[in-house]
Amino acid sequence: MSAILELNNLKKYYATQKAVDDISFSIEQGSIFGLLGPNGAGKTTLLRMITGIFYPDSGEIKLDGRTFDPLNDIIKIGYMPEERGLYKKMKIGEQAMYLAQLKGLSRAEAMHKIKYWFKKLEMESWWNKKVEDLSKGMSQKLQFVTTILHEPKLIILDEPFSGLDPLNANLIKEEIFALAKNGSTVIFSTHRMEQVEEICDHIVLVNLGKKILDGTVHGIKQQFKENKFSIRLSDVSGNLSSPAFNVVKVNDHELILQINQGYKSNDILNHFLQTSCTIESFNEILPTLNEIFISQVEGTHATARAFQKLDN
Amino acid sequence: MNKILIIIQREYLSRVMNKRFLLTTILTPLIMVGFIAGAALISSSGKENHKIAVIDENGFFKGNLRDASDIKFEFPANVDTSNYVSKGYTDIILIPKFEGTNKTTYIIRSKKRIGLMLQSKIEDRINDAIEDQMLQDAGINRAQLDSIKSSSQFAEMKSLEETGDTVKESSAALSYGIGFGSGMLIYITMFIYGAMVMRGVMEEKTNRIAEVMISSAKPFQLMMGKIIGIGAVGLTQFFVWILLIFGFIAASQFFIPQDVLEQVAELQKANAQMGPGASMAQASETAQNIYKFQNTMSTANWPLIIGCFIFYFLGGYLFYASLFAAVGSVVNEDPQDAQSLMLPITMPIIFSFIIMSRAVEDPSTGLATWASIVPFSSPMVMMARIAYGVPGTVPYWQLIASMATLIGSFLLTTWLSGKVYRTGILMYGKKVGWKEIGKWAFRKN
Repeated sequence: MSAILELNNLKKYYATQKAVDDISFSIEQGSIFGLLGPNGAGKTTLLRMITGIFYPDSGEIKLDGRTFDPLNDIIKIGYMPEERGLYKKMKIGEQAMYLAQLKGLSRAEAMHKIKYWFKKLEMESWWNKKVEDLSKGMSQKLQFVTTILHEPKLIILDEPFSGLDPLNANLIKEEIFALAKNGSTVIFSTHRMEQVEEICDHIVLVNLGKKILDGTVHGIKQQFKENKFSIRLSDVSGNLSSPAFNVVKVNDHELILQINQGYKSNDILNHFLQTSCTIESFNEILPTLNEIFISQVEGTHATARAFQKLDN
Repeated sequence: MNKILIIIQREYLSRVMNKRFLLTTILTPLIMVGFIAGAALISSSGKENHKIAVIDENGFFKGNLRDASDIKFEFPANVDTSNYVSKGYTDIILIPKFEGTNKTTYIIRSKKRIGLMLQSKIEDRINDAIEDQMLQDAGINRAQLDSIKSSSQFAEMKSLEETGDTVKESSAALSYGIGFGSGMLIYITMFIYGAMVMRGVMEEKTNRIAEVMISSAKPFQLMMGKIIGIGAVGLTQFFVWILLIFGFIAASQFFIPQDVLEQVAELQKANAQMGPGASMAQASETAQNIYKFQNTMSTANWPLIIGCFIFYFLGGYLFYASLFAAVGSVVNEDPQDAQSLMLPITMPIIFSFIIMSRAVEDPSTGLATWASIVPFSSPMVMMARIAYGVPGTVPYWQLIASMATLIGSFLLTTWLSGKVYRTGILMYGKKVGWKEIGKWAFRKN
């Protein structure tokens, strides 16, 4: 598959900090891509450059193999920013129509699509309601619809599930999967690692304006694994010493083991197969993305964005 | 469809298709009329009647002081400063014995302080009485005096303005009215629509609409769409008001009796045949007043005035609205920030109003001339001067200079504001000072 979006050495410096400092990565068409990072890492700036709101100081953005042209390419992108809102006094239907027309849809086309999506997400009865009458979750759904209405090739969702109940969150999640399946590419920015693990194929972690991780979810987990396994046995009183592993922890009938250099998981199983106890389960323990995130970001003082350097 | 058109359409329709717009548009002129009528009513009914006891030791004024509608002079006996209130008088005047011809001080005492108007009125009455007496002493008898007073011809000024070879009737009062009225209207609308632009931008910022919008349209399109949309709302409002005025005038024709209208037509014919100042005999007073009013109104160059008004309204609006938009984009949640940031914009508007109110009285001073060319004040001050005539009071070069500067300036402010707007609209939670705004405005890209 070809890359729909390619960033090469993108830089954006503000007076007081380097918001995006030499970041490059590419995103495959049809994939769901997770852009992760702590608050103030530069995610929003990066997304604003991809959506043409900001111009990069240097570096290049390629959309669909060609240099990104904000003026004309903007209709290929649907962006749902983290800071999002709607005109409070406007009716839901008119609001959706307005945003759709700004994305270049004709009135008839927009009407057709709005009706389709409103029906699909059970929002038909909202048409004449005003935005101020909607709950946060409801307006979130409306935002999502207006983002994808013009069938963008690239959909950028910044914290799309905040404020949604599990039911609606699932509904949106299903739609995201369906969109990716139909060839749209989704960039998904969040702090919620469990969602990333569930949804994303590919992730990039940025911190202090720099890319620190890039790869598939599986690949990154492999990269950070500590070669730990858990094994559940009918009886743990047998011989637990082997050159293949060390016992890290004993929990009732479960053992946490760490493989020593030069050995494989099969060596552990071999050891226990020769004992009299029965193996009930055997798993590799992979780190969660949450753990990886914390281990990578912790200690870099990323949590407090420095606006100003103090002299002395 | 062009994005900016879609934005204009929304900004316009969301304000015009609104019950509040209809109400304010129709009610504002009615409230204004009601306000003026109310003020007139209050000032006519609010007069207090004064019954004044005059203690005149000379016995000179008795019978010579004329009463007015709200003043009644009486010359009672046995009334003094200690008991005039209990005898039913509101004030008491003590007139000392005449000694020679020196100016004498009369004393008026009352429980309530006397207003300036009333005091000068009483003074006039007393002086009239003295003057009458002196004229009589000089040999003019009472009958002669009365006949002179009733038959005297008072002057009525009619001013004619020379434009090249033609002489045209002009009316200073009308020019004053038009100049002040249109200057005032521009002043008010600048505030109303400027503030409307600012509130609209603040709404987009505080409700976090801006970023959603800016991923679909350029910030400049968003800002211009809003400014033009709201300007169109303003023009719509003016249009409705003009229609209402013509409606009132048309309706008022039905209340004027037919014969009066015929007389007015006669007068117009007579005027056309014999030139200005034709005799106005036989016509009734109402007809003459209507004729005079029509005649006065026709002295103004209405197409020029209306054309210039629309130009200066739009020019001034565009000049200031983009500044208001820039301020709106910088403000965070706190409306007090808006107050202090607005000050540098509202101050020139208020100063212009002050200069304008001087310029309508004297449209050719150096200050008025310069203020009508400088774009900060030209919309108001130039309107005040245009009413006095182009090219008589305002030479063509001044008008052209003023218009060109205004166009150039609003292009400049719009361009600078667009840069501030672009940065400000996406900036949350940070208080921004003027220094930083300046940096944004003059940044290269």
